[in-house]
Amino acid sequence: MRLEARFSWLPTPFRSLLLFVVWLLLNNTLSLGHIVLGTILAILIPLATYPFRTPQPLIVKPGLAVRHLLLVLYDIITANVQVAILILGPTKKLNPGFVKVPLDLTHSMPITILASTVSLTPGTVSAEVYPWLESLPEGEDPSERYLLIHVLNLQDEQALIQTVKQRYEAPLKEIFEC
Amino acid sequence: MAEYIISILLLIGGCFVLVGSIGLVKMPDFFMRLHGPTKATTLGMASLLTAAMVFFSTTGESLSLKEILISIFLLLTAPISGYMLIKSAIHHKLESIKRTSGKDNIEDDV
Amino acid sequence: MLETVILIVFAMIGISLLLNLWRLVVGPSVPDRILALDTMYINSIALIILYGMSMGTALYFEAALLIAMLGFVSTVAVCKYLLRGDIIE
Repeated sequence: MRLEARFSWLPTPFRSLLLFVVWLLLNNTLSLGHIVLGTILAILIPLATYPFRTPQPLIVKPGLAVRHLLLVLYDIITANVQVAILILGPTKKLNPGFVKVPLDLTHSMPITILASTVSLTPGTVSAEVYPWLESLPEGEDPSERYLLIHVLNLQDEQALIQTVKQRYEAPLKEIFEC
Repeated sequence: MAEYIISILLLIGGCFVLVGSIGLVKMPDFFMRLHGPTKATTLGMASLLTAAMVFFSTTGESLSLKEILISIFLLLTAPISGYMLIKSAIHHKLESIKRTSGKDNIEDDV
Repeated sequence: MLETVILIVFAMIGISLLLNLWRLVVGPSVPDRILALDTMYINSIALIILYGMSMGTALYFEAALLIAMLGFVSTVAVCKYLLRGDIIE
């Protein structure tokens, strides 16, 4: 896990890139003036907001991140067709359920990304990360974390946990190396 | 040609948005209702906005990619509002239907 | 052909808005109503984009983006209020 960026003037390289692209998209142009202005803003805004942020792990393997993003996009489309069929089909046949998935990730940022992916993909909505941080003694890290998810049509609990862990959590662990 | 692509994308998007709302009305308890709007509606919107992108790129004078911003924004925020909603539902101890399995997995909040 | 398709999709979104409104009125719980409102926000973005397409102008894009942001922020704020009894602690 790497928390500090390589250059001190560019604390969050990917956020800077995102800001730059969003600036160009908002103005819908590729003119030189906007490219220069966008570059300046993309460097200045992260520098100005850096002191307010808690340090988050940086992406170590960008190539793998892009591949994982494409996989997730593909999963979103197929999962949505499945969910549409489930919704339009008879409601009485659905077996909803709550499932606890043990997490290997420790940092809040990768856990957030995992919870969002789970929410967007097959018939699951992430509900909660256990244990409650408020219930622990001050400043202590929990030894084990769980993600509570609600499943629209639960068939095989173990298989679902395996899918979430292997398909979505393992690549995230590699991308952030934590 | 572009007209066909736009029409198909628009129809797919409209169907998904409609399915999301049908899920919102049809499902028996809150936790199941949440699945329609967080997933189907988001993908439907992405499809509609892609159609708008193709439309404005072919009819306008230049390429128009800014519609993709709304798609990305909706894709990023839909899980978060879903998470906040399910959290407040658990906090209010909403009833889930009887055949829901694994209800003991819900822990009391502080 | 495109005009007809846009009209059909207008009708689809209109029906979804009505369904959301039904859920908003019937409830039965507060999170249900918030969920219905959130979905209505998203559907109204679809309506605005479609209207812009049928008028042939890209002017409505900014309005759609603003509604997307306001909808998200208000959903989160109301949920936070339900959870904590306060929005900014």
